[in-house]
Amino acid sequence: MSGIPKGVLTAVKKVRGGVRVDHCKNTMDSEVVRIPTPQTVVIPMQMSIGAPCEPLVKPGDEVSVGQLIGDTEKFVSAPIHASVSGIVKAVGDVKMPTGVLAKAVTIESDGEMRLFEGVEPPKADTREDFIKAVRNSGLVGLGGAGFPTHVKLSFSPDKNIDTLIINAAECEPYITVDYRECIENSWDILSAVYTIKEILGFKKVIIAAEDNKPEAFNVLKRIADKDIDVGNEVRLMVLKSKYPQGAEKMMVQSATGRKVPPGKLPADVGCVVMNVASVAFISRYLKTGKPLVSRSLTVDGSAIAEPKNVRVPIGTMISEVINFCGGYKEQPYKLITGGPMMGLSVVGDDFPILKQNNAILAFGKEDAILKNETDCIHCGRCAAACPLSLTPTNIVRAAKIRDVAALERIGVNVCMECGSCAYSCPAGMPLVQYMRLGKSILREEAAKK
Amino acid sequence: MINGEKLTVSASPHFRAKSSTRKIMLDVIIALVPALIASTVIFGLRALMITCVSVITCVLFEYVFRKLSKKSTTIGDLSAVVTGILLAFNLPSTIPVWMVILGDMFAIIIVKQFFGGIGQNFVNPAIAGRIFMLLSFSGRMSSWSEPCSGFMNLGGADAISGATPLVEESENLPSLIDMLLGIRGGCLGETCIIALLIGGIYLLFRKVITPVIPLSFICTVAVVMLIKGRGDFTFVAYQLMSGGLILGAIFMATDYATSPITFKGKIIFGIGCGLITCLIRLFGSLPEGVSYSIILMNILSPLIERATTPKPFGTVKEKKTKEAAKA
Repeated sequence: MSGIPKGVLTAVKKVRGGVRVDHCKNTMDSEVVRIPTPQTVVIPMQMSIGAPCEPLVKPGDEVSVGQLIGDTEKFVSAPIHASVSGIVKAVGDVKMPTGVLAKAVTIESDGEMRLFEGVEPPKADTREDFIKAVRNSGLVGLGGAGFPTHVKLSFSPDKNIDTLIINAAECEPYITVDYRECIENSWDILSAVYTIKEILGFKKVIIAAEDNKPEAFNVLKRIADKDIDVGNEVRLMVLKSKYPQGAEKMMVQSATGRKVPPGKLPADVGCVVMNVASVAFISRYLKTGKPLVSRSLTVDGSAIAEPKNVRVPIGTMISEVINFCGGYKEQPYKLITGGPMMGLSVVGDDFPILKQNNAILAFGKEDAILKNETDCIHCGRCAAACPLSLTPTNIVRAAKIRDVAALERIGVNVCMECGSCAYSCPAGMPLVQYMRLGKSILREEAAKK
Repeated sequence: MINGEKLTVSASPHFRAKSSTRKIMLDVIIALVPALIASTVIFGLRALMITCVSVITCVLFEYVFRKLSKKSTTIGDLSAVVTGILLAFNLPSTIPVWMVILGDMFAIIIVKQFFGGIGQNFVNPAIAGRIFMLLSFSGRMSSWSEPCSGFMNLGGADAISGATPLVEESENLPSLIDMLLGIRGGCLGETCIIALLIGGIYLLFRKVITPVIPLSFICTVAVVMLIKGRGDFTFVAYQLMSGGLILGAIFMATDYATSPITFKGKIIFGIGCGLITCLIRLFGSLPEGVSYSIILMNILSPLIERATTPKPFGTVKEKKTKEAAKA
């Protein structure tokens, strides 16, 4: 067997920059619990990057868990399924956390959670069948970005893609659902890893986790160890816990030493990166045929009475999830879907849980205070923290004066908005916001041409 | 429940490090305290008085200018305090107080505020203030008081004019131990090498500065002087410890606004400072070159930074393929 050494691996190449954030993994020991069936769910037809789905049901229809309720012909999109059984109450526009309107199907639950009779284990023996099955499962990247998984996996077999990287880094503070997935469903992860490896013909698989989660690591190691002897190339890799270790480009660099060029995908350097929870889901789906109708998420933050990990039907209202976690223990001043570094702060708790939401965080007054923006002192901390070798301070200057040439030269579009720069800025500048401003200037200029 | 209270909505990240401009400047001030104590011991209370005057006038000028130009008050970030201390450290303790005030005005108003305040100045305000005073009052700027000659002497008029080791005849040189302790003629904050090094280590430990600029600066001077002195280490030691080299390398050349942020840029900046210092010391008519070397490199700093800015992640490969396509 070539290349890959035996035993636990360490990073091939260290990630540049990054920041050391407080881990705040308070819910590490909290087993994922299922919340009681909500009375109504609101299921938006846009829950992934790509095209929105068209609703396939109308008010008054009876639906059951796993029934297809939204789909589209477009390739970059994932179908949507009913997450509870009951009656469709409404099909219409609802406001999404980002502020845009999206079509959504509102279902009133009958409390029975009846499984749709059409749910049966899919045929997934060949490459085509497998990718079709992944598409039908409605799976999108569960790590937060929400990229449809079947798109990621449908690369041409002769494209020389050799490495599958399973991302269990979970470098965002607070979030522990991937960690719980590793501990509670490690066999699912391993069985899916072997299925995907075999069907899609990966030469090697690297399961990467940060060193601040030794328990998850030990569990995965015990399972992988058995196979190390048979010369099969599935390995664990321990990474130093540093934010943003779990970003896709950083993962590829740590695991293989390859650098994903600007505007390209990991597939362009022969890698596919999958979130550990997505992988575990594929294994369960292949066994049962039950599509993505619920997901685990971490509920935490200084304003939450009982922080815990919960499993909720897609479309459950945030307020309902928070009530299950004891409600607010103090007046919340900031509510975030996702992690504190890249998550989205929302205007209220009356939004549905989406497929890609991996956490709900609520913070009290003290944690919601915004840093006062003062003048840049050119200290260079932002540039030192940028894992993608950008110079945020120069991007800010170029964005403020709309210097298109400079924005292109400095490479604002390379920015993945990980927030390391803004985190470390002593002047409290909202650097990610400036990066977005710079990107939108370039988009406008491109549209003009 | 949310109780109708409005939630804060802001761009990510929602976590911020606890650092602030004020904390950074406070660290610099703390790092300068050992040197201030040393200068008070060596040159008497007048050194402390000059420093206090300089700090107060700097803060006052900044406050008044920002008020008059209807801009936000920035004295809370303590950067004017740092400028005040550094400018005072670059003056002889015998300097008349009105000259200090004039120098502070030049540093704060002309160099710092006229260009937009903190972070926008293109040269280090303290160094520019010192050079302004050197050109305007060259006599008073080089009349050093004898070290340890009257602790309580607050008046500057009866100061004894002495020379700094850089211009002195070799038989009158203070011992190396005296050099290290700072018992020699010179500007009030530059003489005690040990105190400055303690401050530098504190800044490194607090991660306020990186060692790149000070090391490349000092090493360049050491190497050039070693060649010039034909391997005479005593000569090198005198060169390193005299003048404002250590003060300049640790506290002035590392000024954020006027030095490059890139690693390679910092090395070039430090080497450039070192070379210009040596050229002035060895071939120039001025006794001291640290201030001029730093100010010249300050001006070059944006160009150095632009030339050394790394390519965004992953772009190197693309360039190679382009070259390959050309070939």
